[in-house]
Amino acid sequence: MAVAPTPAPQPWTAGAPSALDVRDLSAAFFTRRGVVRAVDEVSFSLQTGETLGIVGESGSGKSATAMAILRDLPFPGRVTGGEVYFQGESLFARPEAAMRRIRGRQIAMVPQDSTASLNPLMTVGEHLDEVLQVHLGLDGQAARQRSVELLSVVGLPEPERRLRAYPHQLSGGMRQRVMIAMAISCRPALLIADEPTTALDATVQAQILELIRSLSQELRTATILITHNLGIVAGLCDRVAVMYAGRVIEVATRDELFANPRHPYTVSLLRCVPRLDRVGVAQLQSIPGQPPDLIRVPPGCAFAPRCPLASGRCTREVPAVTAQGEGHLAACWNAAETGGMSR
Amino acid sequence: MSEEAALQSSAAAPDGEARDRSPLLDVRDLMVHFPIQRTTFVGGRRETVHAVDGISLAIDRGETLGLVGESGCGKSTTGRTVVGLYRPTAGQVLFDGRDIAALPPEELRLLRRRFQIVFQDPFSSLNPRMTVGALIGEAFVIHKIGTPAERPALVAELMKLVGLRPDQVSRYPHEFSGGQRQRIAIARALATNPELVVLDEPVSAVDVSVQSQILHLLADLQQRLGLTYLLIAHDLAVVGTICRRIAVMYLGKIVEVGTRDQVYQSTLHPYTRALFSAVPVPDPAVERARRRIILSGEVPSPINPPPGCRFHTRCPIAAERCRVEEPALREPAAGHRVACHRAEEAATTPLQLAADRPGT
Repeated sequence: MAVAPTPAPQPWTAGAPSALDVRDLSAAFFTRRGVVRAVDEVSFSLQTGETLGIVGESGSGKSATAMAILRDLPFPGRVTGGEVYFQGESLFARPEAAMRRIRGRQIAMVPQDSTASLNPLMTVGEHLDEVLQVHLGLDGQAARQRSVELLSVVGLPEPERRLRAYPHQLSGGMRQRVMIAMAISCRPALLIADEPTTALDATVQAQILELIRSLSQELRTATILITHNLGIVAGLCDRVAVMYAGRVIEVATRDELFANPRHPYTVSLLRCVPRLDRVGVAQLQSIPGQPPDLIRVPPGCAFAPRCPLASGRCTREVPAVTAQGEGHLAACWNAAETGGMSR
Repeated sequence: MSEEAALQSSAAAPDGEARDRSPLLDVRDLMVHFPIQRTTFVGGRRETVHAVDGISLAIDRGETLGLVGESGCGKSTTGRTVVGLYRPTAGQVLFDGRDIAALPPEELRLLRRRFQIVFQDPFSSLNPRMTVGALIGEAFVIHKIGTPAERPALVAELMKLVGLRPDQVSRYPHEFSGGQRQRIAIARALATNPELVVLDEPVSAVDVSVQSQILHLLADLQQRLGLTYLLIAHDLAVVGTICRRIAVMYLGKIVEVGTRDQVYQSTLHPYTRALFSAVPVPDPAVERARRRIILSGEVPSPINPPPGCRFHTRCPIAAERCRVEEPALREPAAGHRVACHRAEEAATTPLQLAADRPGT
């Protein structure tokens, strides 16, 4: 976004002091096939107590952004540029030892797949004990007591008994509750939930989302909710960032984004989601084609090949980030015409 | 339609008898139980998973029935039994009036051309070592359709039909995206010119922008080829897009069945209501206005389903009767059936899915 002739120097991050400030963050995976530009100059900020939704389809860079913030990209991934400020301090300037004390304690993560994230040979109690001991120095009776408290906070029935259970003895929803208990055990300032309910059934998803909602309100945690589900965003987030091909292409408050989307991709995405309150296949529009290969991202706007509004400029120049209203930013050359896209 | 003509010429003509008004698929009191052996340190125990526990449903020709429910409710087992991949423990699956479980193997093989299945995951349902041409053409070989010389043209026709480029016939599945792979799977299913296609979660493994492409393709194919669909899905919003009738399953039983409008707008079963209320709607105004019913607990095990109504352990309005007496499927309105003692009480509060809903 460096080339963008934008009114403010930090358009994505203007406002009050932030819990998290991500500026021009880039990350790539250096594979044998080539360099996968998974995160491309991503900027956003997050206030204490705020919930930011990051939406996008698979491969849009949502999860890679989260991992890049934590400096925890798996091999062969690497942060290639940008800065992340957590409570005003640069995370990238810190040595790895300091990052280890931040991860899990001040910034906690709820992963998508609880089965893969829990050690099958450790009981629920041992998982919680480990976090409490490493980060808070609690052990023995104190850790046990705190674990029981945490499990009741996340609504796991019979917490004392569950401490002795192994992950395979719990259902998917229960395992996700354990993951959330571990994540909030150190009262983190920032909680990153990466598709926390994607593997769960609808009725259980509703339970877990309700839990995340009430916890982030109670603990005043800044929360990043990564999801592909626009419905979850509509119900849970204060602000929304939409990602496409590694870039944030639009940011706005929830109501603004749904009522007045300015990026053609956001408009199209909203129209291709089947909705319970509308029936029939006619209501559903499609976006032609597929997202680009991130090794060979087309020049200009990555959405241009699928965009109904694309003009010559879109295939040459990466769109500048422009303000579309208060706190509403979009990266599109033709954002002014998006309102004319048929609804 | 040239595609259809090409397929028609090679596939078996359906029996010759006139297509009557009887349902194409008639499932009667179907039960599918799986015996399992549980081993412990002191020995084993024989138990039974009651995957499908007495369901009946019928699908008319050209119709789409949506079968929805959460994981473990038996919807996929139902779909697989319908196409003969599992044998019913009890009950019947009548395809065009013939019980597929009672047919001799050779007749079943012939009948199989007329019903096909598309699986959920196009990453594991396609052999990675076979080219697209071989994957689609395999059905022609198995069912002895066409001569080896004719088959490449048939494959090309099918690829065009599902929106794939015929020049990609020599490529392997890994060279395609999830949506394209699902198109390959659909082409495979259509190779025998079937009448009934069971779609088992056909869009749950693909992204939203591609999901709507596939749903449009399915609707289009149905219209062009006169297909009958059994659409199995967990996503109520997806089911609403292409199904005229919807059946809701819970723990091996059908709890509610009716037209889309009946099930969506005059929802009777408390489980269906909870399921609806759990699905997020991508509209902040709707989300704010809704009163969410959050069920406690999770689906019980199908090994020991609860007595009485299977939903009573999580039901917000369960009464004493629900704990002891299993509710039968009754029909409070024409074509709208529900298995609940207290459906009338459940249906009194509005769900508020939307302020204004265009009826279709």
